[in-house]
Amino acid sequence: MTGRLRQWIDAIWLPAFLCAGLAICVGIGQLVESDSISVMLTEMLIRLGVVVGIYIFIGNSGIMSFGQIGFMCIGAYATAWATLDPNWKQIMLQGLPYFLKDATYPFPVPMLMGATLAAAVALVFGFPVMRLSGIAASIATFAFLVVINSVYSNWDSVTAGTSSIVGIPTFINPWGGLAFACVSIVVACVFQRSQIGLMLRASRDDEIAARASAAAVERVRLTAFVTSAFLIGAGGSLYAQFLGILTADTFFMGLTFITLAMLVIGGIGSLTGAVVGTVAVTLIIEILRGLEGGVVVAGARLALPAGVAGNRSRCGHGAYSDIPRPGARWWRGGPSSVSLARA
Amino acid sequence: MVAFIQNCVDALSLGSLYALAALGIGLLFGMLRLINFAHGDFITIGAFGLIVPSRNDMAIMAIGSLPVVLLVPAACAIVVIAALLSDRLVFRPLRTASAPTLMVASFSVGYIIQNTILVTYGARPKTIDLWSSLGEQLHFGAVRVPRLEVVTIGVTLVLLAALTAFLKRTRYGVQIRAAAEDFLMARYLGVRANLAIGVAFALSGILAAVVSLLFVSETGTLTNVMGVPLMLYAFIATVVGGMGSLVGAVVGGYTVGFLAVMLQAYLPDGLRSFRDAFVFATIVFVLLLRPAGIIPTKALVQRV
Repeated sequence: MTGRLRQWIDAIWLPAFLCAGLAICVGIGQLVESDSISVMLTEMLIRLGVVVGIYIFIGNSGIMSFGQIGFMCIGAYATAWATLDPNWKQIMLQGLPYFLKDATYPFPVPMLMGATLAAAVALVFGFPVMRLSGIAASIATFAFLVVINSVYSNWDSVTAGTSSIVGIPTFINPWGGLAFACVSIVVACVFQRSQIGLMLRASRDDEIAARASAAAVERVRLTAFVTSAFLIGAGGSLYAQFLGILTADTFFMGLTFITLAMLVIGGIGSLTGAVVGTVAVTLIIEILRGLEGGVVVAGARLALPAGVAGNRSRCGHGAYSDIPRPGARWWRGGPSSVSLARA
Repeated sequence: MVAFIQNCVDALSLGSLYALAALGIGLLFGMLRLINFAHGDFITIGAFGLIVPSRNDMAIMAIGSLPVVLLVPAACAIVVIAALLSDRLVFRPLRTASAPTLMVASFSVGYIIQNTILVTYGARPKTIDLWSSLGEQLHFGAVRVPRLEVVTIGVTLVLLAALTAFLKRTRYGVQIRAAAEDFLMARYLGVRANLAIGVAFALSGILAAVVSLLFVSETGTLTNVMGVPLMLYAFIATVVGGMGSLVGAVVGGYTVGFLAVMLQAYLPDGLRSFRDAFVFATIVFVLLLRPAGIIPTKALVQRV
């Protein structure tokens, strides 16, 4: 009897510990009653859920995927389709099917739609691609990210193209983010202890030995890919309902790199690493953002809003306005300027 | 027919740029298993090195106004110094790190370069006029080709020949190739690792500088992220060609260049804005058919 209890505790202490830690963070954050902290916490928790989702695939399979943020894009846009005001959709998004164009759906439905759509796309894309290993698989997923971005920024009748979608109802607070993060952590835990998870981890450590031991590598990889896409799609949906505004470029290279950095800094092969990495990188970003506003030394505020060089060349108050913000478009679609210039 | 030949020349010229950039990435990947995402930013450094650092919108040429024989070595020197510095400060301490760690480190180097340029040069795009006489058209029968495209293709061929000679004939070249084949074994046989890697970084810097000069004289604009799309296409090219194979990098560069130009030219109107989607979908397809790239290398095959 104690043996079984022991097993049970073994299985549950890690997710319980991680979730409790996050819950305490949120609790303390809520005590302060500051809007900016609440916003920061919500964003961090949604990202955390997404990073854990990315971990389910990358951490267990050992395949570096650059494409997972594409699923966030899919989930977010599906949510926009399901929640926006029908009048707006009839003008701006005429290509939508009727069940989306003329109706709005209450909360859990848009999220499930987004997550399911992301998972379905993952199934179709992953089916051929999961045969690839190593760097070829990474590039294929990267190509997927570019394809998704290209489609979502150009399919004007369904995604409003490069112009932003505005007016998605926002209601996600830190507790909503916490719920999502905890669900992700639990799913990741269950997955990596399951038979499929173990086979996948075996294929990560030695693909050939795993195949020799009858692990169906393609199938378990695909399972992880679809599970990961489902969670990330849900994360994208929540992110849309947190920001209230969407552009395809939010979900592109910038977010991909920062989430991968969170995963790698924490430790790419561990769930705790994914959680700790996200929290650590968010803290670094917030501290640096705090410094951007200047440092208070003995009651005097020291700030260089235009940078050291800016003060020298007297750029005035306009100097700051054109610095790209996170999520701003920093890769302008392809080198078409090269070939188009004289077409 | 004339239009097709015209497109082919365009594709050759664009493919040359990609091939040069892909070689810069491939050289380092072969030895270090480092996917250098900062390579595009080395290209950016080469371009910004031409002008006087200032936040003014008007760019004032510094070394950009020198005659060609001085300008090219000066631009190369700037990029080589940047490449060697990044090796010394970032990549050398990470010699034993895993591939994902190296990759994230190279992202970070790229971001640092982009933001340093943002702070020192300001965020607005700058226009510069480098070798504008290259814009003139040459006539071959009915086909009109800008002189720049001829120069790009010519320079690429010369550089490829020079690089091949360097790698095959000189001591350092042989060491680099040995290290790319089997790094550990090469060290046992007396190759000085840091020196060979340094030479590879320098070569990669020279290639980046040449790409930046050709690219700037084509577009005439400078932004702090100008190298990023070039790097992405070059990176794809190295993989499609066969990761770790230098011939593969060149083949991949031309493949991607042809794909981009031909899809741009021959996709129907409604689909043209989805060109990138088609380019990248084709790349997935190529990888499914040949997972190790068009020209696979033995060094990457997993031995049991």
